[in-house]
Amino acid sequence: MKKNNINILLFIFLFILSALYLSPILIVLLNSFKGKLYISEQPFALLNEENFYGIKNYTVGLAKTGFFNAAFLSFFITVLSVGLIVLCTSMTGWFIMRVRNRINSLLYYMFVFSMIVPFQMVMYTMTKIANMVSLDNPVGIAVIYLGFGAGQSVFLFSGFVKSIPMELEEAALIDGCNPIQTFFKVVFPVLKPITITVSILNAMWIWNDYLLPYLVIGTEYKTIPIAIQYLKTGYGGIDMGAMMAMLVLAIIPIVVFYLICQKYIIQGVIAGAVKG
Amino acid sequence: MNKYMCKYFIIFVLPTLTAFLLSFLIPFILGVLLSFTEFTSIIDAKWVGINNYVEAFSNREFVNALKFTVKIAIVTVITVNFFALVLALLLTRQLKGRNIFRAIFFMPNLIGGIVLGYVWQLIINGVLYKFGVTLSYKPEYGFWGLVLLMNWQMIGYMMVIYIAAIQNIPNTLIEAAEIDGANWFQILTNIKLPTITPSITICLFLTMSNAFKNFDSNLALTAGAPSRKTAMLALDIYNTFYNTLNGEGVGQAKAVVFFIIVSAIAFLQLKLTRRKEVDSL
Repeated sequence: MKKNNINILLFIFLFILSALYLSPILIVLLNSFKGKLYISEQPFALLNEENFYGIKNYTVGLAKTGFFNAAFLSFFITVLSVGLIVLCTSMTGWFIMRVRNRINSLLYYMFVFSMIVPFQMVMYTMTKIANMVSLDNPVGIAVIYLGFGAGQSVFLFSGFVKSIPMELEEAALIDGCNPIQTFFKVVFPVLKPITITVSILNAMWIWNDYLLPYLVIGTEYKTIPIAIQYLKTGYGGIDMGAMMAMLVLAIIPIVVFYLICQKYIIQGVIAGAVKG
Repeated sequence: MNKYMCKYFIIFVLPTLTAFLLSFLIPFILGVLLSFTEFTSIIDAKWVGINNYVEAFSNREFVNALKFTVKIAIVTVITVNFFALVLALLLTRQLKGRNIFRAIFFMPNLIGGIVLGYVWQLIINGVLYKFGVTLSYKPEYGFWGLVLLMNWQMIGYMMVIYIAAIQNIPNTLIEAAEIDGANWFQILTNIKLPTITPSITICLFLTMSNAFKNFDSNLALTAGAPSRKTAMLALDIYNTFYNTLNGEGVGQAKAVVFFIIVSAIAFLQLKLTRRKEVDSL
């Protein structure tokens, strides 16, 4: 009986806490329907006849940011980059774990080393090189993401490869498969759990990334984070109404994605944190 | 490497390696070299020795950013991990709806720093409006704003790691302690905390390294206002590169210092957790 009471109190406490935890997002949602002036003066007031502004913030915001273009571009870059990263780094991770020699060991250590280098260290020089070799476009940026994501992704794939037995691969090779067939027909299906982890970690990073795409393609193309930052810097004064509406639109895809793949996201985050 | 392996090296490794060289390794080496030169583009560099480093450390904004970042890191490491651990302990009890609670606390972690920054700008400015000021009125407001934001962002993440660790504690251990008459506090301090120490170490370092590298939410929440007093290291380096006349050399030197700090944290973590995966190849 006593334990039951504690659990009820705990439930009420956690209920209030999680409501508070969600409240910033709900307040933004609420304000996205208010007129500009009411947002900065009474952000916590509920909607009423006086402050209600309909969906005008959304129409103005969409026009100012080109949000749908930005969302499409973010989606395009994320999918292309994650696809490229998964394909290339799974192959590399498997190869350098199975073919042991000095070059592969050196490569492995370089990949691991790159995981700890902060972006600002290479920000300027990388932007210049991307510009010189014409990678400064929405397709080329996937190659840059491959180079940056390689460290963690190769590390995760190699770690996983080490834990799977070699018998299957050897059998395939004896049966006359070449290494490419062996990899795609036998190894890659076995890598599925770590492939999901690598995809989720990279997708979360690339979708939300601001500085890299801003520096590399930002003058011509806008992803969602760039479009939102542009609302502040691009038009002199900041239009709070449009800002609130765009924040809501930026959060919706993330929440939908989270609701669909919650299990995988949490597994991926744990694997990435503990091993990465 | 024989000819056969060479052929497959080209197929399996070369694509990744090319991208890695172009976007990481060459820029990294160039970056280290350029930090000892004065330049406005990669080709017109003039050797100036350690001048850029001297200038970086005599630059008041950099020293201020360094102090500001260290302070934020210390406060967030303590607060984030304390709250995350408490939530994890509560949410590993038999409790109705605990999966929904976990999901809610984790959710903010998926939202990008730019969006988080503007969400919290609205909330904090809304509260401060009642006192007739804004976030950019005093550096202290920006400091606590960032601490609040980073707590909101990272508590759920660390909570998830702690939950995984607590669930890995063998039930028999806790049951045996209960039979021996241990109360919840004794179970916590004698069984739960000691067994999850490796996870605590990981989370402390993860929070610290995230705090040090923070850029996006700093740019969106305060952008350094008032007068660059709330700029963290990453933002200060960005400002030196792109918003300062002839700032490239000094910016690159600051970036190298930043890199050394962040990797020192990472190596310390490696030493303490002795991760076998890295040493095994």
